[in-house]
Amino acid sequence: MTIRTFIEAIRDGMAEEMRRDAAVIVLGEDVGKKGGVFLATDGLWAEFGDDRVIDTPLTESMIVGASIGAALNGLRPIAEIQFADFIHPAFNQIVSEAARMRYRSIGGFTVPMVIRAPYGGGVHGALYHSQSVEAFFTHVPGLKVVIPSTPYDAKGLLRSAIRDDDPVIYFEHKKMYRSVRGDVPDTEFSVPLGLAAVRRPGRQVTVVAYGLMVHYALEAAERVAAEGIDCEVLDLRTLRPLDRETLLSSVRKTGKCLIAYEDNRFGGYGAEIAAIVAEDAFDYLDGPVTRIAGPDVPAMPYNHVLEDWFMLNPARIADAIRRLAAY
Amino acid sequence: MTLPGHNGDAAAGPLAVSFGLADADLLAMFRTVALARAVDERMWILNRAGRIPFVISGQGHEGAQVGLAWPLRRGHDWIAPFYRSIATCLAFGMTPRDLMLAQYAKASDPGSAGRQMPGHYGSPEHHLVSVSSPVATQILHAVGIALAAKIRGLDQVAVAIMGEGSSNQGDVHEALNFAAIHRLPFVFIVENNGYAISVPAEKEISVPDVAMRASGYGIPGVVVDGTDVLACYAAGREAVERARAGGGPTLIEAKVTRLTAHSSDDQQTKYRTEDDLARGRAHDPLPIFRDRLRAAGLLTPDREAALAAEITDLVEDATDFAEAEPDPDPATGMDFVYADPAAGEPPPPWHPAPDGAGATPAAKADAAFAGEERG
Repeated sequence: MTIRTFIEAIRDGMAEEMRRDAAVIVLGEDVGKKGGVFLATDGLWAEFGDDRVIDTPLTESMIVGASIGAALNGLRPIAEIQFADFIHPAFNQIVSEAARMRYRSIGGFTVPMVIRAPYGGGVHGALYHSQSVEAFFTHVPGLKVVIPSTPYDAKGLLRSAIRDDDPVIYFEHKKMYRSVRGDVPDTEFSVPLGLAAVRRPGRQVTVVAYGLMVHYALEAAERVAAEGIDCEVLDLRTLRPLDRETLLSSVRKTGKCLIAYEDNRFGGYGAEIAAIVAEDAFDYLDGPVTRIAGPDVPAMPYNHVLEDWFMLNPARIADAIRRLAAY
Repeated sequence: MTLPGHNGDAAAGPLAVSFGLADADLLAMFRTVALARAVDERMWILNRAGRIPFVISGQGHEGAQVGLAWPLRRGHDWIAPFYRSIATCLAFGMTPRDLMLAQYAKASDPGSAGRQMPGHYGSPEHHLVSVSSPVATQILHAVGIALAAKIRGLDQVAVAIMGEGSSNQGDVHEALNFAAIHRLPFVFIVENNGYAISVPAEKEISVPDVAMRASGYGIPGVVVDGTDVLACYAAGREAVERARAGGGPTLIEAKVTRLTAHSSDDQQTKYRTEDDLARGRAHDPLPIFRDRLRAAGLLTPDREAALAAEITDLVEDATDFAEAEPDPDPATGMDFVYADPAAGEPPPPWHPAPDGAGATPAAKADAAFAGEERG
């Protein structure tokens, strides 16, 4: 075991897969000599060279579209979108092309690629460097969507994503890059896509989270534990395909479900979780399925007071747990 | 390099020699143009007879399509085509049956088993990338294919084809810039028929030729008469040879004409004058190529009659075959969402798998679950 930061685990994951498989390439803005604006690809260009670590022009649609073509012709590209906020020019390529290629060609053409993008706020990133965009993509059959919360998962899920035969969107919360550390084995381990993890077992309330919100939910659970509220914290890890079994068995046990997500609430990913729980665990529910999420404004404001107003935090999640527990 | 249609018969008259081809090549090219036209015309008849709901046509584009596809290596090089690429697909190895199965959207449609609209062809075997409807996306796929070919040292050339209307999309700029920077083995073909559905070229493009835009990327831009099959062949060969030799991309604009409405749901007399339509008919590549091969003594009356009979048989066969093939089974509707069917969501309640046979593992698990827990 080695202690790694979240971003080091991602970098190690890419480097090891590139050593293992010559078909793996990285392309994106500033990913080469600079090693990415967050240094996620630092050192890859020096090790793998111009052919496999490609600095692209500022062209998100091209980054994804050319990756699709490269995947059609035998490579396994890792496309980096510098900020998730800038993924929208590539939306057509991701949704109309990458996601639909297998279905529309009855498996004749497939797109094994990973799109990595830093997401999330609380880092003074303002409207266009803070967004959570997962709901746009979890809606789309044909895409897989992964959001890790620990260095171990970051590496293990990235390995699975690179080896997966379908397009995988891999979101990394940028606030976690250097603030979250953890044990990462030196072995060639992987974490399968589609499996949630129970981070804290409990009996009274299930808190469903992913990414940074897992850490906040765990802190919140700790706070309310002192008041006698016993929370189970579920880390989804993969948003699509969703691990229904772990979700539903947790809610069937606790009878109460709170979903915490940073994105604005309306039509967010938590709405789908709420719908599934309402449909498939209705008889077990002992309170309203509840969402706590970002406010419904177009994006996160810059000023620190406004940013704090926008962001979920452990105290806000703890309040929501208390209200639900008291129901 | 084995040219399609060559069949080992290297006899070559002066016309063929001037293009580095054999007589058999010229006849095979003509056959492909004529076959594409006949298949296309049959599609319209079937549409008007109520047999197929939709047609989008390549009539008027066939000469450019055949000439430009001919220098490529079939099954080795790649084409990302568009919805008018009927002759391109035939030139690259698809058959009239393949195309007609797509028109009828039958289970045995090799491109998509009836999932795609007609005109959205694709064939992994022939390296013809599956066509989608948002236009111009395919140029980036071809550029990515060329990138992979270069990295993997595959000696392949990748081609993207679209109309001049589509060429205005942002993806085209992003693609040409990147392909030019990396000198990728890539050829961009624009079939300019003068209309984006109803909007004439002068309202679409700020310069007389799309090819003029090539200079902005520092790559050659070539305008070619799309009614001249052999001029298209020569332009295509030069571009393909340059791409294969590491000389980077070329933009080829073929001036063609659109002999039909945009699609079976369009009425082009609403926005085109009779003069305009007559000019278009005068630029039909089929009679122009036929006259040239007649004048060269290659297309003798006997050969023409034999070819006409063969094409009629092929079109009849393809129509009858496709008409008789079964529709797709709704039980396959959930297939090919992911490589692993278990990664998909459960199917809807009406999904036809009463005994569990044919259902995805996820659906079976869901059904079992519902029975257990809700009972």
